[in-house]
Amino acid sequence: MEQKTKVSAAPNDKGIEILREFELPVEALFQAFEDPEIFAQWMATEVLHMENRKYGSYSFQTKNPQGEIAFRVEGIYHTFLKNQQIIRTFEMIPSSFGVQLEHLLFQGIDNQHSRLRMQSIFQSSEQRDQLLKLPFAFGLNLAHHRLQKILQTK
Amino acid sequence: MILRRDVFQALADPTRRAILLLVASQSMTAGAIAAQFDSARPTVSKHLKVLSDCELLTTEQQGREVHYHFNPQKMKEVADFIEPFRKLWEDRFNHLESIMKSRKNL
Repeated sequence: MEQKTKVSAAPNDKGIEILREFELPVEALFQAFEDPEIFAQWMATEVLHMENRKYGSYSFQTKNPQGEIAFRVEGIYHTFLKNQQIIRTFEMIPSSFGVQLEHLLFQGIDNQHSRLRMQSIFQSSEQRDQLLKLPFAFGLNLAHHRLQKILQTK
Repeated sequence: MILRRDVFQALADPTRRAILLLVASQSMTAGAIAAQFDSARPTVSKHLKVLSDCELLTTEQQGREVHYHFNPQKMKEVADFIEPFRKLWEDRFNHLESIMKSRKNL
């Protein structure tokens, strides 16, 4: 199956770039980022507040499967151009990843297709690598727990 | 026990990436690899050791010479390392797409 989402992260670099094409008009794609209810759905999070304007702030918190708060994200919009561009800071709390600067570029391809380019810049490549490895480590943990469960039931 | 080096650390260096590219096309001896670079021989040897320690290169003794081979399996593991991160965003964006499509049809 073709991979629709592409991630590039060059070695020794401070950035991550995520590219994706959607079978959606650019207006619908942008709405998924500006409507707190929709954003909460697809990010599987709870939006605490979202001021969609230049220098407005946003925050959301995500719970783990046990229902405890796993982390909170806070940031400020530096640019908020409807259907075009969002530039924002992004800070995961608690975490050791620091504050990232994110550029989100929304482009219409035609009436039914659009493209999103998300670039995140970290303070250091070490912080970037830590974040990149997080889902990998989490996957390892899950596999480990599953294995332990299987072993326990035997 | 050999300390296992971080494969990302190994790939971070441009000379080491150049060595990998070189050896990927054909296995080579340390001398032949060193001849391709301006760096001093001990520097190249150090790079070869880092690449071997993290298994991006494998070594094979042939008589008096040590031949270095590229290990594509290890390289694949590195690529797979980002895969869970990519998958996370793929799932999120697939979800986004299906939510917006269903809203449109309301």
